[in-house]
Amino acid sequence: MDAWDEYTEKVMEHYENPRNVGTADNANGVGVVGNPACGDVMKLTIRVEDDRIVDAKFKTFGCGAAIATSSMVTEMVIGKTVTEALHISNKAVAEALGGLPKIKMHCSVLAEDALKAAVDDYRKKTGKTDLATK
Amino acid sequence: MKPIYMDHHATTPMDPEVLDAMMPFLTSDFGNPSSSTHIYGRQARVAVENAREQIAALIGAERSDEIILTSGATESDNLALKGLAFRQTAGKGHFITIATEHKAILDTAEFLKKQGFEVTYARIDSYGVVDLDDLRQQIRKDTLLITIQAANSEIGTLQPIADIARIAHENGIVFHSDAVQALGRMAVDVVKDGIDLLSISAHKIYGPKGVGALYVKKGIRLQPLLHGGGHEHGMRSGTLNVPGIVGLGKAAEIAGRDLATESQRQLQLRERLRHGIESRIELVRLNGHPQQRLVNNLNYSFSFVEGESLMLACRDVALSSGSACTSASLQSSYVLRAIGVAETLAHSSIRFGLGKSNTAAEVDHLLDLLQKQVKRLREMSPLYDMAQEGVDLENYAWSPHDHHNH
Repeated sequence: MDAWDEYTEKVMEHYENPRNVGTADNANGVGVVGNPACGDVMKLTIRVEDDRIVDAKFKTFGCGAAIATSSMVTEMVIGKTVTEALHISNKAVAEALGGLPKIKMHCSVLAEDALKAAVDDYRKKTGKTDLATK
Repeated sequence: MKPIYMDHHATTPMDPEVLDAMMPFLTSDFGNPSSSTHIYGRQARVAVENAREQIAALIGAERSDEIILTSGATESDNLALKGLAFRQTAGKGHFITIATEHKAILDTAEFLKKQGFEVTYARIDSYGVVDLDDLRQQIRKDTLLITIQAANSEIGTLQPIADIARIAHENGIVFHSDAVQALGRMAVDVVKDGIDLLSISAHKIYGPKGVGALYVKKGIRLQPLLHGGGHEHGMRSGTLNVPGIVGLGKAAEIAGRDLATESQRQLQLRERLRHGIESRIELVRLNGHPQQRLVNNLNYSFSFVEGESLMLACRDVALSSGSACTSASLQSSYVLRAIGVAETLAHSSIRFGLGKSNTAAEVDHLLDLLQKQVKRLREMSPLYDMAQEGVDLENYAWSPHDHHNH
């Protein structure tokens, strides 16, 4: 039953030593997605300067895979422009972790949703929309 | 290194004494107990009858021929329910059970519903204990059977089986109890407790997998599930699993022999673990009854921490969780939901199942791990922050409950 038997080394490494835990200083975008009743909630805070994500931090209630994908998505977005960040798919996050067990793929969806929600919040707050908006 | 095993509700390691008892019947003494014409068969028959007596002794049965040998408790539960149902020539009748039973009961009951029988679930309280007044209310003229477990495998809650039996018998109803978790952990006596049908599993009492028994009180007839050579008084055909049965017998003998000392020892370990958790970790909730529970069971919800991630953090101890993330169905524990535990807390639950091999040092090691890892995961939990900030988590506008379906 140990779902983590199927976790890659990379997933375990990010679970053990998650990057960017916390709340970004002077965050100007916040995304809270998931539902505690489903067993996972992710809160992503970003600091955007000149359309570039200069900081991203997370807090996650969820399984090992949820924590690892949260950690990975923060690493992937820092330094990217908002438009570039929006092109990061859940598959890309999962791939960066060396893959996820099939049953855990929804955790990577959570990470993608949190990123989109944080960017949406940033745009709402700053009144900025750009061409990447779908 | 393999983790410390603390999941004894799922299964138990086989006692070396049990394996020793079984070995001859896997090798030299391979006879079929039905072969009465030679020593091979007679030897096997003697071994099976000896095992039957050992099993009868553990549960206080007066006669060893009341023990029907099966492939395990799932079969025993199926035989009890379907066996009684399919004896009804009119193909109708009413069953009473509770929502926290093992799936071998619940799924069999649902199957019987599709066959035209009726099933009622008696009310349980927030500890999972059946409400006896409601049980009485549910009884009808056509009620055939009340089936209620002796002890729950997830939350450890014990049922008042002697009282349930009395209520059943006052109304001429047969009483079945799945005693898989209770055996070897507490005294079970079919005569004193008034149990008519009782399910037993070998692998939960340090015996082999794939063998069990159903106690059938003399005078009760069941329609067999398996037809064939007419074994077990025609109630369960199939060549007897002699090594398995010998193993079950030996395991039953040891369970009875060690019951007083081992149940006391495990109770002390359980209280050590309970005291440690409650004194060292804040915001925990005990699931199940505080006193009326199995000596080897604890089930806690660690608020704001998801169960799988906590098990992963404590992975040098083998535990289980009611979190959806540990089940293929992505559903949290139906037992916890049935006793009204909120979904969030069900996802945060961990079950501790102590057993013979566990020591105080192992409990202390687990406590150190739990304290450290709960703290670490709470520091990472947005729910913990929100609760600290006074956000009402129950009524917060969460994402819809469907993101698993992407």
